[in-house]
Amino acid sequence: MEVPVLKQGPFLIATVQAALTDEDLVHLRRAMVERVVIARSLGVIIDVTAMDIMDSFASRTLREVAQMIRLRGAETVIVGIQPEVAFAMVQLGITLEGVVTALDLEEGLNYLKQKFNSSA
Amino acid sequence: MAKETERLERPTAWHETLDRGASLEGTAVLLRELVAHLRENRTQLREEWARRITEAKLLTAMSKDEIFAEATAVYDQYVEALETGTFEALQAYARSLSERIIPRGVETHEVVGIVLLLRDVLARSLFAKYQADFTKLDRILDAYEPAANRIANTVAVGFVQERERVIRQQQEAIRELSTPVLQVRERLLILPIIGVIDPQRARQLTEQLLRGIRTNRAKVVVIDITGVAAMDATVANHLVQTVEASRLLGATVIVTGLSPEIAQTLVTIGVDLGKMNTVGDLQGGIEQAERLLGYKVVPIGAAS
Amino acid sequence: MNHTIRVPINTDKDIVAARQKGRALALSLGFSEIDSTLVATAISELARNIVTYAKRGEIRIQADGNSKGPCILVIAKDKGAGISNIKLALQDGFSTSGSLGLGLPGVKRLVDEFEIVSHIGKGTVVKFKKWKT
Repeated sequence: MEVPVLKQGPFLIATVQAALTDEDLVHLRRAMVERVVIARSLGVIIDVTAMDIMDSFASRTLREVAQMIRLRGAETVIVGIQPEVAFAMVQLGITLEGVVTALDLEEGLNYLKQKFNSSA
Repeated sequence: MAKETERLERPTAWHETLDRGASLEGTAVLLRELVAHLRENRTQLREEWARRITEAKLLTAMSKDEIFAEATAVYDQYVEALETGTFEALQAYARSLSERIIPRGVETHEVVGIVLLLRDVLARSLFAKYQADFTKLDRILDAYEPAANRIANTVAVGFVQERERVIRQQQEAIRELSTPVLQVRERLLILPIIGVIDPQRARQLTEQLLRGIRTNRAKVVVIDITGVAAMDATVANHLVQTVEASRLLGATVIVTGLSPEIAQTLVTIGVDLGKMNTVGDLQGGIEQAERLLGYKVVPIGAAS
Repeated sequence: MNHTIRVPINTDKDIVAARQKGRALALSLGFSEIDSTLVATAISELARNIVTYAKRGEIRIQADGNSKGPCILVIAKDKGAGISNIKLALQDGFSTSGSLGLGLPGVKRLVDEFEIVSHIGKGTVVKFKKWKT
């Protein structure tokens, strides 16, 4: 299942539509890291509202996306982690340290807009 | 082993397992006679029972009419259980009866008391009927007693189980109430924790907070633990997990009211405090939360 | 009620299938959203271990329980190389996110009962139970 990516102004928005396999996740990582420079984006939002769980592989991959995108000169926000998914993540020992999170797409966009307006 | 379980779980006609006194067939005959006797004297016996209940000051929460109505129903179920040797109907009735009388404050000893009274009333009537023929009386009582015991047991256990269910429900409700998630401003939640935190409560608290963050779209949460007396390593880790899970939903947590004792515990057991944003007291916590949300509180005089 | 759901684990797609079946069973037994997610996450981790370390195996999921209520029993079986040091595999650094470890301590925290048996060269069996709360 491919994750659709939308360009909105200076930001890229990737919306996960369903449960992702490892292969989907790796594909998403490559696509985002490639496109962020091509699109000259300042920030990337990955909306994971539809993800059924976030296990160690998924969170490691998302963390890597954020780190790689930072190396490519942009900022990543993960939005839409569901309460029960967050609960399972911390029980498992996953905290997505160093990754910015926001409640939903709207909040993620607010965060990026604020950040880049103030520095611009 | 499997067979054993099967036998235990099957609603046994208890006369099958009866081995004392008369033969199986004889027992069945005696029971039929017993049931016929109880049917014939239904009116008199249940009146006698209801009278004894009132005399013994049991079921005081109920009116005379109510006692009589319930006594009639239980009496009929009782006779039916004796006749058929199956207890489902009686069990179901005991449950629904308990459901009705528990909220009115009926106690376990009252329920056990009335069942024992019925047993006594019936035994006395059997005695009166068969006192001329002791051998027969003996056999009748042998047939009656195990059944009566089982019936008493069924009703009492049904009551106790229902009571336990109610207690569990109430505990749940108390627990919900004891961790209120309060919205004090748009996007700001306060979670005052009071009392003892065990792992179960810690989990519930986290669940409630996460749901609260989502429904209120909260950005900042102040967890105030002024009312928490002590904290061990397990609970401290739960607190850290709560903070981390909230962050995954995009909310910042400020912990306030750490007592000197708890501060010492946390340092001693080496909880990673780097992830925790702490402020001395609740007021300071709210002030910091407001700053994070972009509010500025100024006295009215100073604003103009 | 007592039939076993068997999911063969060969590729990463099977991981998703296994955890979705686990979640569906949990929900059908009346588990809360949170507990169902914990079950699904634990299954996902175990299935991933199979794919990563043993290549192929099987996840069995079944409803179980006693008078206290229902539970879910999950058995993850593989014929891989086995784990030489189970103690080490179960040792807990508080966070598993950074490492490439087996993630077993994490799984253990998600569930109520946890058991692992491994024989070098023969494979590994991990069992867990999660009770309805």
